[in-house]
Amino acid sequence: MAELERHDNRLGIWGWLGGGRWGVERYAYILHRLTGLGILLYFLMHIVVTSLRARGIYLWVEGGFFHRPIFKLGEFLVFAAFAYHALNGVRLVLVELGFAVGRPIDPVYPYKTSLNVQRPLLIAMMILAAIFLAAGGYEFLGLAK
Amino acid sequence: MRETKYWTWHMAAGVVIFFLLGLHMLIMHLGGTTHLFAPFGGEAVSKVNSVFRDGRLFFTVTYILLLGVALYHGLYGLRTILFELTLKPIVEKLVTFVFVVLGLGLFGLGTWAAIVVHAIAKTGARG
Repeated sequence: MAELERHDNRLGIWGWLGGGRWGVERYAYILHRLTGLGILLYFLMHIVVTSLRARGIYLWVEGGFFHRPIFKLGEFLVFAAFAYHALNGVRLVLVELGFAVGRPIDPVYPYKTSLNVQRPLLIAMMILAAIFLAAGGYEFLGLAK
Repeated sequence: MRETKYWTWHMAAGVVIFFLLGLHMLIMHLGGTTHLFAPFGGEAVSKVNSVFRDGRLFFTVTYILLLGVALYHGLYGLRTILFELTLKPIVEKLVTFVFVVLGLGLFGLGTWAAIVVHAIAKTGARG
């Protein structure tokens, strides 16, 4: 089996966080990673906390430790991170599979980039995320009964 | 090729999570609007509503499925991010080992809890 060729990440952590002159999609990708890390951190704790119900401990119900406003705010942030991560993730999967990047063309100068072709997909996904986020905010503010 | 396979699983897991976690969010975080699977009214996360869902086989199965795919997706994603720092091969192996142990441990804990609370809910011991 062929070994993967290794390329040194000279930029280190800036290689993760810096988008350079790449388009807004690159920054959307960076935010995708940051929200993913936040969701993962929450999820690992969530597994432990919710597993306690097997012992009859419900920390998230009224009067419980996690029913305080600060944790409610935290839950909303997780919800917001999910809305963004999920819908941007759909975009990334579609692009990875070759959708919404336009048809292949000959590399004739001046070169055209597919980054501009996929912009409508990003906009559509962000509109959907905003709608989902607004619904969550409506609920978080206690307006839904 | 092996990493390509793992990456494909990562994407496939993301699609499964999109639907299962989407349903979870509709129930738990948009419950005041959707009122899904919360027949006792009040908060979707209240104890009676939680016990109601725990007693349904559909939720037990989907909790375990979501647990598995989300752990894989999250830990593989973090592994990918860490590997971009060009770690030494021995460190990469150590990271992989720790994540596999952590993932299997949490999967075991969550699966045990889902099965236990399902059995308890079926007996009606918690209302």
